[in-house]
Amino acid sequence: MSEAAALPGEHPAHGADPHLAHHFASLDRQVDASRLGMWLFLCTEVLLFAGLFVGYSVYRFSFPAAFAASSQASETWAGTVNTLVLITSSLTVALAIHFVRAGSQRAAVICLFITLFFALAFLGIKAIEYTAHFHEHQLPGHYYRFEGVRLPGAPMYWALYFLMTGLHALHVLIGMSVLGIITWRTAHGYYSPHYYVGIELAGLYWHLVDLIWIFLFPLLYLI
Amino acid sequence: MRQSEEDRNKLGGHPSQESYLADGTTVMSWLNTRDHKRIGVMFLVAVTFFFFVGGVFALALRLKLLYPGPFLYDALTYNRLFTLHGVTMIFLFMIPAIPSAFGNFVLPLMVGARDVAFPRLNLASFYIYLTGAALAIWGMVHGGADTGWTFYTPYSTTTPTMVFPLLLAVFVLGFSSILTGINFIVTTHTLRAPGITWMRLPLFVWSIYGTSIIQVLATPVIGLTVLLVALERVLGFGIFDPARGGDPVLFQHFFWFYSHPAVYIMVLPAMAVISECVATFSRKNPFGYKAIAYSSLGIAFVGFFTWGHHLFVAGQSVFDNGAFGVLSMFVGIFTAVKVFNWIGTMYRGAISFKTPFAYICGFLFFLVFGGMTGVALATVALDVHWHDTYFIVAHFHFIMVGATIMAFLAGLHYWFPKMFGRTYHEGWGLVAASLIILGFNATFIPQFLLGNNGMPRRYYQYPDHFQALNVASTAGATLLGFGFLIIFIYLVIALRWGPRCEQNPWRSKGFEWLTPSPPPTHNFDQIPHITQAPHDYRTHAPSGVYADV
Repeated sequence: MSEAAALPGEHPAHGADPHLAHHFASLDRQVDASRLGMWLFLCTEVLLFAGLFVGYSVYRFSFPAAFAASSQASETWAGTVNTLVLITSSLTVALAIHFVRAGSQRAAVICLFITLFFALAFLGIKAIEYTAHFHEHQLPGHYYRFEGVRLPGAPMYWALYFLMTGLHALHVLIGMSVLGIITWRTAHGYYSPHYYVGIELAGLYWHLVDLIWIFLFPLLYLI
Repeated sequence: MRQSEEDRNKLGGHPSQESYLADGTTVMSWLNTRDHKRIGVMFLVAVTFFFFVGGVFALALRLKLLYPGPFLYDALTYNRLFTLHGVTMIFLFMIPAIPSAFGNFVLPLMVGARDVAFPRLNLASFYIYLTGAALAIWGMVHGGADTGWTFYTPYSTTTPTMVFPLLLAVFVLGFSSILTGINFIVTTHTLRAPGITWMRLPLFVWSIYGTSIIQVLATPVIGLTVLLVALERVLGFGIFDPARGGDPVLFQHFFWFYSHPAVYIMVLPAMAVISECVATFSRKNPFGYKAIAYSSLGIAFVGFFTWGHHLFVAGQSVFDNGAFGVLSMFVGIFTAVKVFNWIGTMYRGAISFKTPFAYICGFLFFLVFGGMTGVALATVALDVHWHDTYFIVAHFHFIMVGATIMAFLAGLHYWFPKMFGRTYHEGWGLVAASLIILGFNATFIPQFLLGNNGMPRRYYQYPDHFQALNVASTAGATLLGFGFLIIFIYLVIALRWGPRCEQNPWRSKGFEWLTPSPPPTHNFDQIPHITQAPHDYRTHAPSGVYADV
């Protein structure tokens, strides 16, 4: 979000820092703006998922037995492992910010790579899960053929399951792309202990992805 | 004139930089710009184009409705036309019209910034808008949808018409709206010039701030909703399909959770423009500045809790109906606060009845008339009678369309010299304003009467005894069309041959007039230090001084 620009006749402080965009008076201000922008964007993400959470609540209320039975039939081991994987990846991304602030970029890059690895592991486990559901025909709408649970409302559970985890997986993918760019930039010395807002914003986004999963896990696997 | 000369002298003499219009004249210099002013102008051109498209759809509808029976085209075409009219006007014109065009242009000037906080996202917002528009056009040329702009399920998930591209268009346009909202909130927080405290923020900025909050918080929900409908069409998940345990009323809740606040995305910016114009053309300090500022936030807040009044006959509980009815009336209170304060601003002001002021008068009439019918509609028993009739159509055209278009035109005339450094023909401006206000009333007052007599909306045919009022409505729409044509002609002439104007032709004390008109690319040679509240007409001193900061 920083515009590299040095205009003639600008404020004396300008041009000194390559990260400072021309329309900001100071780098602190610019970093504040980026953070505020990211938090607002996270609000939109929360509201995007909120619709699905409302949908889940409504249909859980309509079909309590089918939802309970279906969530029992989901792959609880996979959900649990994935929860641990994502929480750990949140830790590593937080550590990356810590290391870049402390000036050890090498450690930061390693942490970011571990985060990316965990993200990939999450998607891998998710793929195994999806494959199992496809084989068992635990699918939404009229594709549902699962023999284990023959209750009205079970297809609705799987519709919500795929929508919620699918949208979440999409966010994991977006988060991975963002983290990939950030890793590349960190490795090439783009960030310093004085300017690391990019890692911070990517970290915030990644925490949100983690946080949403922490709500999805009990709703879809445990209760 | 004398004062603005003084302003210029005190504010550091003549501009040293070229105007933003002269800073690169190639097509690429526009398409690749980060300048909020150019992006604002590009949005202005785009929304004007889609206003024209939506207007053509409207006139086509009104032409058919001259006759009670089949006429001109068949029922399916009629259904497609009213859908496309609604989608175009709401998503491609009214939602981006004032915030993205005028907001982009003047908001950074008003807060004394050189640009919005995220210029690249701002440009992205424009291209996302164009992508959404392209999807919508793709849907239109393949015949368009026949669901109405509300896309109610289960019809929207089963109709064979081209709903899919339109849903996708709404989804994509939402991102454009969100990015603009985020940009304005962050700009207001972080880029205010020294001396612009929150209580010195121009009222335009307060209202746009309220709008941005709605854009950021409500738009993701419509995005998700149309995505669910689109997925339902493609994959048949059954989320809204009662045959598979889904609940179509849930769709209505989702839809109106966005689409009711969206009404305030359209009308709050209108109030923003009017707040500025009233003070300038009454040459008086805004009466009740804080009340106007806070009521903007009040509308933004309460707007989130009123969506249920669209579901009074959809099987909502009696308690919900009552609660949503009362909450809806709160909007009336905040709106009334604004109306009385605007009139208080005019009272004993030195009113100059220029074209923007004519639109202020039109705005107040439509807002009050539309608002009062809105309070009546929030009453459950009355709504049952008026639900899905032309009364509703007339009501929301008054409050949402009438008020927004009045403010759009007021802003267009008020800021035209600011944007292009030229003036238009005042006489033709007043002629067009009277035509439009007259035409608007002639179009929609008959529709109030038709609706009250029981004519349902979205019907291709109607009983013979409704014809007289329908003809009156079509005649009004024609007048309206002529009014817009006149504006288009004289503004295009003004753009090319209009006399060049000085920096501040209205002698306004709004902060955006502290720069030359048209402004240089980086807005200010030096960031101004603001020493007064905006629109402080008690003194002749300029509102700010240029100083090293």
